[in-house]
Amino acid sequence: MENINVTEKARRIRGDILRMLYTSQSGHPGGSLSCVEILISLYYQVANVDPKNPKMENRDRIVLSKGHACPALYAVLADKGYFPREDLWTLRQIDSHLQGHPDSTKTPGVDVNTGSLGQGVSIATGIAIAAKHLKADYKVYAIIGDGESQEGLVWEAAMAAAHYKLDNLTVILDHNRLQIDGSNEEVMDIGDIMKKYEAFGFECMKVNGHEIDTITAALKKPVGSGKPKFVCCDTFKGRGVSFMEDQFGWHGKAPSEIEYLDAMKELGVDTND
Amino acid sequence: MIEKQSLRVSYGNALVELGRKDSRVVVLDADLAHATMTSIFAKEFPDRFFNFGIAETNMVCAAAGFAHAGLVPFFSTFALFGAGRAYEMIRNSIAYVDANVKFGLSHSGLSVGEDGGSHQSFEDIALMREIPGMTILVPCDPIETRKAVFAAAEISGPVYIRVARPIVDTITTQDTPFVPGKANPMRDGSDICIMTTGLMVPYALAAAEQLAAKNINAAVVNFHTIKPFDNQCVLEMANKCGAVVTVEEHSVIGGLGSAVAEVLAGNSSARFARIGIQDKFGRSGKPEHLFKEYGLTAENIVNQCMALKG
Repeated sequence: MENINVTEKARRIRGDILRMLYTSQSGHPGGSLSCVEILISLYYQVANVDPKNPKMENRDRIVLSKGHACPALYAVLADKGYFPREDLWTLRQIDSHLQGHPDSTKTPGVDVNTGSLGQGVSIATGIAIAAKHLKADYKVYAIIGDGESQEGLVWEAAMAAAHYKLDNLTVILDHNRLQIDGSNEEVMDIGDIMKKYEAFGFECMKVNGHEIDTITAALKKPVGSGKPKFVCCDTFKGRGVSFMEDQFGWHGKAPSEIEYLDAMKELGVDTND
Repeated sequence: MIEKQSLRVSYGNALVELGRKDSRVVVLDADLAHATMTSIFAKEFPDRFFNFGIAETNMVCAAAGFAHAGLVPFFSTFALFGAGRAYEMIRNSIAYVDANVKFGLSHSGLSVGEDGGSHQSFEDIALMREIPGMTILVPCDPIETRKAVFAAAEISGPVYIRVARPIVDTITTQDTPFVPGKANPMRDGSDICIMTTGLMVPYALAAAEQLAAKNINAAVVNFHTIKPFDNQCVLEMANKCGAVVTVEEHSVIGGLGSAVAEVLAGNSSARFARIGIQDKFGRSGKPEHLFKEYGLTAENIVNQCMALKG
């Protein structure tokens, strides 16, 4: 585990996310801000990854299946040193390696292309089956959204994960309860997601998704042999910026100048930093 | 020398042969192993065969995961449920990253027969043609099917092999060239060129025989590769013959007929007609009855050629 102040790290990552979205005037703030602690836990405390060797053979695979939250992923990857932080300000612009949704062929540190919901967790499942077949000991982590769990493919993948006894796979849910058109409950109620994953054969845990150490403890907790793991992280969309928090309207909207300055002030991050 | 064999049996046998040579080759199926004949591979290599149940979209993404981990997955199910149902996964999770996944999709076209319109895929080539970087191979007989499997393994990136269900005659030989992207002339001629693919190749050859009796000298070219397409061959034959008929067991929209039309448009004044499924769904029936009903016969090819020359 790296000896870092992860709370401070989360604050700075949030600042970078907002600056990226403000600069490009495009992207998804709500779901990016909700998964910051999940990504910090994975990249700084849990996963075996090496920014100097992004294609290291036995690296753990981290798949951001809710690909629209990639500003958070990019900010973390830059902070880890996969590419210069200045690249972040080119988000979504022509010739940038930072695409609107993660692209493994362009961005160092991105293992799997995602963005079309449901596919990332399914690919992660395939990687985990292949890893077992090849007797490789790396682990696979997939971060899904709650809106994403409305995709049938998510459950096809869950069924396969149990069938193939993927104790090397962890599915992490960023459960911020909101999606584009409103709350999950209003749009398409996902019900008791813990019970659903339990019924599919996963070992399930529920944590506060904004407490990094708690997430890390859950991710590191050993599971029964042959069981895939499901960690439900209760989060808030737009976390860290009061006027964005818990507002579905901030799913895919870039902040205006005033909103950006207000948000940065609230985070306590210098816009020139 | 095999005289008659279903392409799917040839496919299954070729996978075993390939599997013996390359331990990275694994096979994925969606509860149709005994129909796609990947069961032959499963029997020989149970540890390298993965059944995904009736969940084709997950199987596509899982195949992307397998390729990511360094394996060479061959993916099999019916053409409609792979290329059709899982189209967007093939586009985004496979082709968009140039994943090294091979699709051997069987039960394509009208020759599925009795299962009817819900299972007869006339649009799989069209769907796959739209995807950048996809190679499309359409073998015409058991020998070409084996060659297609081996060629697919040699190609880096996604490959679609269209496999048909019926037992068919062998019409090529081991020595017949099979170079992806290079069409095979099957019969020389100068009056009209019949450009065809897959199961329709023997029908085109039979039609050329009948045309010869009417003093029409028809060339037959086998386009076993629909993508990358042999544009040069199309133009050469169109210029030489002045008339072109395409024949395919697929919709005339988006398949071989469209590929040829795209080359001819603006580049050739050759007369042109397309034989294939004319923007219709299929239905139940014995394949030979359906072929007659939908105009996939030597007789119809002869008539269309005569009309074009007329």
